Amino acid sequence: MSTKIKVVLLSLLCIMLLALSAFYFMSHETVVLYPQGMVGVKERDLIVTVSILMLIVVIPVFILMLFFAWKYRENNDKARHEPDWEHNHIAEMCWWGVPLVIIVILAILCWQSSHELSPFKPIGKEGERLKVQVVALDWKWLFIYPEEGIAVINLLTIPENVPIEFEITADAPMNSFWIPALGGQIYAMPGMRSKLYLIANKQGTFRGASANISGKGFSGMNFNTVATSKEEYQNWVRIVQSSGRGLSFSDYQNELVKPSSYAPVQLFSLQDRELFERIIDQYMAHTK
Amino acid sequence: MFGRLSEQALKHDWIEYMAGGSMVLGGLVAFLLITYYRKWGTLWKEWFTSVDHKRIGMMYLVVSFVMLFKGLVDAGMMRGQQAFACGESFGYLGASHFQQIFTAHGVTMIFFVGMGVMFGLINLVLPLQIGARDVAFPVLNNISFWLFTFSGMYIFVSLILGFFAGTGWSCYPPLAGLKYNPGVGVDYWLWTVQISGIGSMLSGINFLVTILKMRCPGMTLRRMPIFVWAILATMILVVFAFPILTATIAMLSTDRLIDTKIFTADYGGSPMLFINLFWAWGHPEVYILVLPAFGIFSEIVPVFSKKRLFGYTSMVWAIVAITVLSFIVWLHHFFTMGAGANVNAFFGIMTMIIAVPTGVKIFNWLFTMFRGKIQFTTPMYWFLGFVLIFTIGGMTGVLMSIPAADFQIHNSLFLVAHFHFVIIGGVLFGFFAGFTYWFPKFIGFKMNESFGKVAFWFWMIGFVVAFFPLFILGFMGATRRMDHYSVSAWQPLFVVAALGAILIFIGVGFQVLQILATIKERKRNRDTTGDPWDGRTLEWSTSSPPPFYNFAMTPEVKTRDPFWEMKRSGVRATQEYEEIHMPKNSAVGFWIGLFSFICSFGVIWWMWWLAALGAVGILAAIITRFYVKDVDYHLSKEEVKRLEEKGSP
Repeated sequence: MSTKIKVVLLSLLCIMLLALSAFYFMSHETVVLYPQGMVGVKERDLIVTVSILMLIVVIPVFILMLFFAWKYRENNDKARHEPDWEHNHIAEMCWWGVPLVIIVILAILCWQSSHELSPFKPIGKEGERLKVQVVALDWKWLFIYPEEGIAVINLLTIPENVPIEFEITADAPMNSFWIPALGGQIYAMPGMRSKLYLIANKQGTFRGASANISGKGFSGMNFNTVATSKEEYQNWVRIVQSSGRGLSFSDYQNELVKPSSYAPVQLFSLQDRELFERIIDQYMAHTK
Repeated sequence: MFGRLSEQALKHDWIEYMAGGSMVLGGLVAFLLITYYRKWGTLWKEWFTSVDHKRIGMMYLVVSFVMLFKGLVDAGMMRGQQAFACGESFGYLGASHFQQIFTAHGVTMIFFVGMGVMFGLINLVLPLQIGARDVAFPVLNNISFWLFTFSGMYIFVSLILGFFAGTGWSCYPPLAGLKYNPGVGVDYWLWTVQISGIGSMLSGINFLVTILKMRCPGMTLRRMPIFVWAILATMILVVFAFPILTATIAMLSTDRLIDTKIFTADYGGSPMLFINLFWAWGHPEVYILVLPAFGIFSEIVPVFSKKRLFGYTSMVWAIVAITVLSFIVWLHHFFTMGAGANVNAFFGIMTMIIAVPTGVKIFNWLFTMFRGKIQFTTPMYWFLGFVLIFTIGGMTGVLMSIPAADFQIHNSLFLVAHFHFVIIGGVLFGFFAGFTYWFPKFIGFKMNESFGKVAFWFWMIGFVVAFFPLFILGFMGATRRMDHYSVSAWQPLFVVAALGAILIFIGVGFQVLQILATIKERKRNRDTTGDPWDGRTLEWSTSSPPPFYNFAMTPEVKTRDPFWEMKRSGVRATQEYEEIHMPKNSAVGFWIGLFSFICSFGVIWWMWWLAALGAVGILAAIITRFYVKDVDYHLSKEEVKRLEEKGSP
């Protein structure tokens, strides 16, 4: 292959990739880059900042590589050849030093953002938060609203601009609770209580899923997150309270834990407000 | 009598029948061919029982190529499934079959391709580079090989008998526990990984001792080629990391066999403990795979740039830094498990620090090219491709080392793209470069260059087309390991990724053509000098292929790049021939491997008599070996002289 063809091929590939990235990154389908809540926005900003910082090193690498490969090709008689040149303190200091400086900056970012965006760190004020308990089941999500006394399968309805306090567990293998449009995920583990604080700053329907394999029906373990106005949310709660079937712990054990995938939305009114605790407690007991 | 093995184990869907059938057919054809050409005796005497590191190395490569083919077919099936299984369509693979495929793909590629090709090349090259006649423990080397090979067979056996694990290659409990996966799948996984892991650990000890004790006179640590440094670091990682894996898997095995409840979610067990232990091995494992590749490039770039390696000391320190750091970063595989902010931040920072020594290595390679005279051979192509792909892989890795950013990317296809950029771009491209580079040394003629370059272009472009869309899919919220999805906006990208996979397959096709063309042109490309590339290190100072004793005279080293200095100063070794002490072949490795297979097969299917038989067999093989006194022989000076004058034996 001649050099020209190679250059054309490589350039075409680069242009194609850039065009593809630009098209998708500008389309709002890339939800992680167009989040709808404060937590997701901060995480997006972090991703963008870090990527730009790293390009400071990555772009010179690409340019140097292509330039050196071209300039010092074997049949270029004009280029110098120094077969014994094997080190240079200043140059080496540069490429230990510059990346190190960037890593120090990244480390500071890392430390701050780890604390600021820790899933356990509450957002909003006590009292204005809505508490939702999440149980990952085989293979569906159970959302319990203990204060409203309702529970829902595979549908998470939340009011906009209200911080949500999630308490998360699983009565199944480990799953990961992820609503990309709102922000980062956390594992849902049997016998454990994880926490996650998210908020939706816009109304809309966002996809939620399990990000960790949990068995055969795992691909069908999706739910919709619907963020509505506070009034609509209140109406919805009232409808579920009045029309939902009663759900007790024994109903849960007899019915809900049975494996099913692509489960339809089901509405329940909660007969046992301690349901979430009871689910976790199953794993604490020494005999079942 | 047959434990839980019944005719039920033979029931599969038609795709599995086809896979299993073609596998049996392939095995049968190989068997018949070997029988027809009456090669079983030769194979047994000169290969299977061989303790020659070069033969063991080649056997590793043959097994790894079979495994690579298997892993690629798995990959193709996954790409095909995900290109179709959107919305109403559920594709052609059932969920559990799809899950077995990606689990087998991961296990195959990590344990049998990554480890296999690296141990293959290390076996071939390392003793020659340090001027040794063999490894420190030649019989142990053969044992390692057979443990590796027999454990790999489970991936094929599970196609016919029962099924493989469907839990993902990392096999987390509680999903991998008795409660959710009572069948044989996870047991196949356990014993595949356990036995090959023990083989790797033995190899690790073997090569560590080889490097520390078997270097030729004058080769101090600071004169070792960087490849040897990289392997030294790798073997330290193997020796420290693999015992963790062995112990962890033993505990999961007892959980499954006698219900010890170490990793269960109830009764006080802790699945999180498994995840920690698994990655305490798993992260060093990543460097076990990639450090040898770094070593390979450190050999290739100077040779084809006609220049000394830039920054030897920096390179060594970078390797040492990576080795140490790789043991304190494992938690970055599960930032989302809910550790506190301090813990997450600590592991995040340790992870991103690794980028510094890795970046230093890349700059050093680039400045090796600076003021060089670069020959664009196929290995150099793979190197340039590696820099492009691996750098992007590294950059996305640093991005994910920040816990708060990782929360939005973890377990998405972004992660899948990242580690394929690192492992294909690093390990596989590194291996292809090294294989082409050292091929004439071991086979005696150079590889065809033009097919090799076409293969490179298909691999390179195919790789980018197949994996770049996964970064975008990750940002779209697509998670890994889905056999079906309902978001129609994802489908075009999955289709593009599948097209990329097709390009890669074409690349593989050209690699096969390359090997065929190489065989056809063997007379023209014969390497009569032993030094086809104007090499710099000791392996090029002996004939191609090297005699079974490697060097007629023990080399003496006074500088780095010893062979290059010798050529430059015109001083060749002029010692007398000496008596050579060589190990004798042994079948103990084969028997230990076979009985390990029988024993674990018995455990997997609950055929306890068979397990006992296997265990007794292993013990008997070891004890018998203790009583073999005739383990070595000496080649007299006259014999060496005769062999040397006759030309390469």
